[in-house]
Amino acid sequence: MVKIKKIYLDYAATTPVDPRVVRVMLPYFSEKFGNTMSLHGLGQEAKSALEESREVVADLIGAKPSEIFFTGSATESNNLALKGIAFANKKKGKHIIISSIEHPCVMESAKWLEKQGFEIMRLPADKYGLVNPDDVKNAIRKDTILVSVIHASHEIGTIEPIKEIGKICREKGVYFHTDASQSFGKIPIDVNKVNIDLLTASSHKMYGPKGAALLFIREGTKVEPILHGGGHESGLRSSTVNLPAIVGFTKACEIYKKERDKEAQRLIKLRDRLIKGVLAKIPNSHLNGHPTKRLPNNANFWFEFVEGESIIIQLDLLGVAVSTGSACSSAKLEPSHVLLAIGLKPQEAHGSLRLSLGRWTKESDINYVLKILPEIIKKLREISPFKHGYK
Amino acid sequence: MATNNLYTKKVIEHFKKPHNYGKIRNPDGVGKVGNIICGDVMWLYIKVGKNKKGEEMLKDIKFETFGCVAALATSSVITDLAKGKTIQNALKVDKKQIVDSLGGLPPIKLHCSVLAADALAEAIYDYLSKNKRKITAELEEKHKRIEKEKDLINKRYKEWSGVEEKMHENG
Repeated sequence: MVKIKKIYLDYAATTPVDPRVVRVMLPYFSEKFGNTMSLHGLGQEAKSALEESREVVADLIGAKPSEIFFTGSATESNNLALKGIAFANKKKGKHIIISSIEHPCVMESAKWLEKQGFEIMRLPADKYGLVNPDDVKNAIRKDTILVSVIHASHEIGTIEPIKEIGKICREKGVYFHTDASQSFGKIPIDVNKVNIDLLTASSHKMYGPKGAALLFIREGTKVEPILHGGGHESGLRSSTVNLPAIVGFTKACEIYKKERDKEAQRLIKLRDRLIKGVLAKIPNSHLNGHPTKRLPNNANFWFEFVEGESIIIQLDLLGVAVSTGSACSSAKLEPSHVLLAIGLKPQEAHGSLRLSLGRWTKESDINYVLKILPEIIKKLREISPFKHGYK
Repeated sequence: MATNNLYTKKVIEHFKKPHNYGKIRNPDGVGKVGNIICGDVMWLYIKVGKNKKGEEMLKDIKFETFGCVAALATSSVITDLAKGKTIQNALKVDKKQIVDSLGGLPPIKLHCSVLAADALAEAIYDYLSKNKRKITAELEEKHKRIEKEKDLINKRYKEWSGVEEKMHENG
């Protein structure tokens, strides 16, 4: 029997937890299990670990520890950013600007705010997925209270011009939020070099555990909590603190800080090898997203005449795990809103495939994909009614 | 064999090695269903012959499908279910039979079984109407429903609709 390889190329969906992260988390389950709100020794030990975590994470993005708020997920952070800003600043206005390529948790939060009487403006993106800072400038009104643009696309990996957008927002006195769920832990972010007022980052996309994320909120920014209770996280996010996950998240940040430059270079090399190889070996294939302004680990293609899910399952049967668009959209039948926003037609969007690389991706993995993917596409095209004229 | 929990073993078998795929040159009937906007397009070709009793039967049947695993598997399985059957019996192949033959489909993919049954009905309808044969009220009704659904989608996605034929020709 042929041994089936196991190759994970879906790091943008989630990452395995680094063993070094697991190690530091373990004591927080059964030894250092205290509640950060308790006054006794165990509780205070937990409290100290929490505050140390806050310092480490804050340092990584140039923030003050008091500006870091731990949450349970990037979805929660994005919900808090949009809804929290909306409800705390509605006296100033009800106009919110987002891009049309945000993650569903931003898109859906905005849609919900629309129902509550807020006005949402969705900015277009160009064929690479880039939002034009001039569009942001022109869209800002007197009653605009928030601009939210993703740092790097979760699907096509395009890195947005957030520095320019942040500058415009600062000049116009409008809060700027960026969802850095995909970029945090892959490319450097400094909330002061870029004028960011709110930033979302997630642990499980960078080799930390699931269940921990953060929202950076610049000092003086008015945000209304959406979870009310015991007043954790300075009253902004009541919930017993998930300390094992936060400690793990912190360790993941430390590892990233130490290894980032070397790792980014390594991934870019592998990514470009994959992109060049696919485009060269598979006729009628196209790259989605920007050729250079893209995350070191993201490759996204569309293949003419075939459908993405079929490619995924074929790859899966041969031991390679990848996605179409984002994992969240795989249960839906509509094509990805991001791909439609960059101008792909539905049939083109349906034939899209996202391969995302990570810490344990080897060159031999890329070579294996380059060996099997052309065959898979060829076979599916033979079954497709759209192959005629192509052969 | 590697498995995937989303789909049954049977679905994966058909998906990996689909039966009767390809195009029939000069078919007696063609059924074209589905819509590329939704991500599934199924084209079914039939060749009609006669059995020993002199009844008209599906001598050959082939499909071309653009779509997900379920779309490919249902296309493949319906060719197995319909091949060699008389026209009357072929029309009795329904979505339940398709789903059962595959050992089940995920709920979100059940529409693929409808699509396959529709493709077969449309191919037979095409053959009967081209040859000016009697079409049962039931088949006529089905044809009207399928046409209506196509219209609905075309109206909903005006800017994108009608590209399938062009793609087929131009590749």
